[in-house]
Amino acid sequence: MANEMTCKELVELVTEYLEGTLPAEVRTRMEQHLAGCEGCTHYLEQMRQTIRLTGQVREENLNAAQRDDLLRLFRGWKKE
Amino acid sequence: MDAKQDEATLLDLLRQRDEIAFTRLVEQYHPSLVRLARLFVQDESLAEELCQETWLAVLQGLHGFQERSSLKTWIFTILTNKAKTRSRRDSRTLVFSDLEPDGLETPTVDPGRFNDASSGLRADHWAVEPASWAGIPEEVVLSGETLSKVRQTIEGLPANQRTVITLRDVEELSSQEICNILGISESNQRVLLHRARARVRGALEDYLQPER
Repeated sequence: MANEMTCKELVELVTEYLEGTLPAEVRTRMEQHLAGCEGCTHYLEQMRQTIRLTGQVREENLNAAQRDDLLRLFRGWKKE
Repeated sequence: MDAKQDEATLLDLLRQRDEIAFTRLVEQYHPSLVRLARLFVQDESLAEELCQETWLAVLQGLHGFQERSSLKTWIFTILTNKAKTRSRRDSRTLVFSDLEPDGLETPTVDPGRFNDASSGLRADHWAVEPASWAGIPEEVVLSGETLSKVRQTIEGLPANQRTVITLRDVEELSSQEICNILGISESNQRVLLHRARARVRGALEDYLQPER
């Protein structure tokens, strides 16, 4: 099939695939390729894991000095 | 109570100048806001200053806030606009024109991973296939070391890629929100996100499968 997507092409489309912005025709060709290619299936899965892990790097805590500074700011504004 | 209702209640209290509501707000968003500020300014104290200015503008703007976007997006937009204003007069701030991708179509995966046309094998198919990570124990995948690898890789990215991946995958904003906040097109946003994710994936592959 002349129109067959290569692995090299597929890896550049992964973000658009995951974001749901690929044209339907390209999406179909990509899914056909994925159905028969273990390497690309793993690549897609690795990208999903990458996104999940990136979502875990948040550091959430407000330190005491930051809280004090912000409360001072708030009280100043409240008096205005 | 759903998130939207929760936010409406919080806004009501804030407009009545309720201090506990403000404490809740900063606990929820200040760490994210500092992270955003650090994308635009390298200097830590300058970043804190930018956040303080933003909070004051938030308080002063509460009554005018139309609720067409989420509170988070509104706050992020205020900070971004302040950083933009600053970048025109302060060289320590990121220049916002740098947010556009460079237009080069560089591959995000090492071309050496694919068969060469001259190899006699299927051209542009994997020569070295990516492996499944399914067999790696979850405590390794989610370990502090793995996460610090991710953090380091993101810190080493060009500023525009770092900004987009932080907003999309760390802060989990929608692409539309990111485009509005940064003033870039959806397609540019996607190009930057794609390059950034591919770099982080590559770093994870090197880290999780060092024997490869």
